[in-house]
Amino acid sequence: MVPMQPTTTQEVAAGLAEHGYLADDGLVTAVFLSLSLGRPLFLEGEAGVGKTELAKTIARWQGSELIRLQCYEGIDASQAVYDWDYSRQLLHLRAAEATGEARFSNTADLEGQLYGEKFLLKRAVLRAIDQPAGVRPILLIDEIDRADDEFEAYLLEVLSDFQVTVPEVGTFTATTPPIVILTSNRTRDVHDALKRRCLYHWVEHPTFEREVEIVRLRVPEASDVLARQVAGAVQALRGINLYKPPGVAETIDWATALGKLGVTEIDEIILERTLGTVLKYREDQTRVQDHGIAAIVQQAFDAGLLHG
Amino acid sequence: MSEITTVASTPEQLAVGFARILRRLEIPTPLDSVLTFITSLSLVGIDDRDAVYWAARATLVRQPEDITVFNRAFAVFWEHRESIEAAEEEVSKMTLMLDTDEEEGSSDGNAEASDEPSITLRFSGVESLRDKDFADYTNDEMRQAQKFMESLRVAGPPRASLRTVPSHRRGTRPDMRRTVRASLAAAGEPMRRRFTSPGEKSRRIVFLLDVSGSMEPYARALVRFVHAGVAGRQRVEAFTLGTRLTRVSRELSSKDPDRALRATGEQVRDWSGGTRLGETLRLFNDEWGVRGMARGAIVVILSDGWDRGDPAVLAEQMQRLQRISFRTIWVNPLKVTPGYAPLARGMAAALPYVDEFVEGHSLDALERLTRVINHA
Repeated sequence: MVPMQPTTTQEVAAGLAEHGYLADDGLVTAVFLSLSLGRPLFLEGEAGVGKTELAKTIARWQGSELIRLQCYEGIDASQAVYDWDYSRQLLHLRAAEATGEARFSNTADLEGQLYGEKFLLKRAVLRAIDQPAGVRPILLIDEIDRADDEFEAYLLEVLSDFQVTVPEVGTFTATTPPIVILTSNRTRDVHDALKRRCLYHWVEHPTFEREVEIVRLRVPEASDVLARQVAGAVQALRGINLYKPPGVAETIDWATALGKLGVTEIDEIILERTLGTVLKYREDQTRVQDHGIAAIVQQAFDAGLLHG
Repeated sequence: MSEITTVASTPEQLAVGFARILRRLEIPTPLDSVLTFITSLSLVGIDDRDAVYWAARATLVRQPEDITVFNRAFAVFWEHRESIEAAEEEVSKMTLMLDTDEEEGSSDGNAEASDEPSITLRFSGVESLRDKDFADYTNDEMRQAQKFMESLRVAGPPRASLRTVPSHRRGTRPDMRRTVRASLAAAGEPMRRRFTSPGEKSRRIVFLLDVSGSMEPYARALVRFVHAGVAGRQRVEAFTLGTRLTRVSRELSSKDPDRALRATGEQVRDWSGGTRLGETLRLFNDEWGVRGMARGAIVVILSDGWDRGDPAVLAEQMQRLQRISFRTIWVNPLKVTPGYAPLARGMAAALPYVDEFVEGHSLDALERLTRVINHA
């Protein structure tokens, strides 16, 4: 399917919302510019604010394939770009030997067979580049901050001209450059040169009203009041200096959990019992206890009342 | 001037004018980003404030710390956009910022060669300094000591890396790439198997230097030691702790010590101020450490442990730090003081979570510290 090219930011907002992602103006503009200019989009922000989810949503909306590259310490080209299928190469060699072919053909021929596209394993980056004309996949390079700087330098090269050279085979060039989305949790600063190639957006926690909308959209079984209360409680939790303030992902998890439990309104007992879906550190849970469960419930309750 | 009739500027004028303001506020704004901004403006238009704002944010800002300054700059700029004209003279300056990325190898060798004759001379001076307390140093002695500190090679002990290297031992992981190559060379003859084993990589080192008032006599010496550890090496990070947390890895990475120290001095606003050790450690843990920087790293805290805050906060943060780091080393220049006991409340609270407690008042002590780090 030929991907559509949005012509206005409103189109982007509508397209994302239709597939379950409510983005604010800044993110919408960044996505719009990234699609229009063909520039990679670099998303940074706390864990759980929906960076990876955005890439998945764009893929659904554009009807394109999502190719995901999860980065980790020590990742290198053989895991990210291409590798050779060694077991099959060895089998092929053995077969050539057994049929006597190896004796008649010279080494160069045999080498040509072994290092051909047939035995090439295309990893995420090469797969994103090597697509038929008109197909524009989404390449998600997730948590780039976990990879080493050497890998970053390599990516820089790939992202500037969208081509990969395999010495034995030749150069692959993207006919339609993929849409590239990079995410980072900021465990270290990514090199400025890489950031300069990209459009940058710092993803924040959503505002209360938007978070209510997100819960309503993603957890339709949650009542209006519950959605407002959940969002209100989460906003209250973000205000009390936790190690890991809950992200949108936790809000949705929590609302879903409450829905499953058949809860219609948050009270102290429910909050205490389900705190584990929102807070994942023991220290944070203690902190909430010290702060007072009742205070959080009160804030949730107030939020539920407003225009509710 | 405040009468706004029509927007007179073109996207180019708008972008260049705004970039000029950002540069004046020390937000790096390279030419290629400005060009992207101009292209973006042609897509979103220049009449809608929000559209222009978000286009500028996406193309010109690259780290969240700059957002506040950026917002202020944008507000002022948007108010007065008719009166701001495109700056022409700035263009030649921009190129300076474009390629400052790496300068390794050659400069290192040169520096060593040219310094050779003077080293012996200085060294005799250094000998007499070796066990002198940093607090009694003159400026001149400090300069001599700096040379010595640069000769200390701080390098974390190696840890296993995910990357593999060819191995001569049998029984490790098979190296398929080289096995195929070898048997191809033998035209498919019964082959010799090759192996790989995990490679090595040095651990990350994180320096946390206390720059509060009580540390002043030592901080000016220790910052030089930290510079010697950071400069020219990857995977070494440095922060200063005081009333706030300041990351100075980039400032200290310059090989020229004078430049590095000047840049650091400008960056650190709370030099010789108060101490909120527990709070600033918490900031470090939240914003950098727990997210990954201190994980599996060697964390070196250089502080006398005086803390005006609640010792319980410091204890809690030290516990968090120790849980994720590989080794926690506390360097206390006061440790050597006769009759010293960790009386500072902060120090007493932190000690249970420290793997190595060492002194750091003299060059000898720093040499021992280097050994502790390298063999951690």
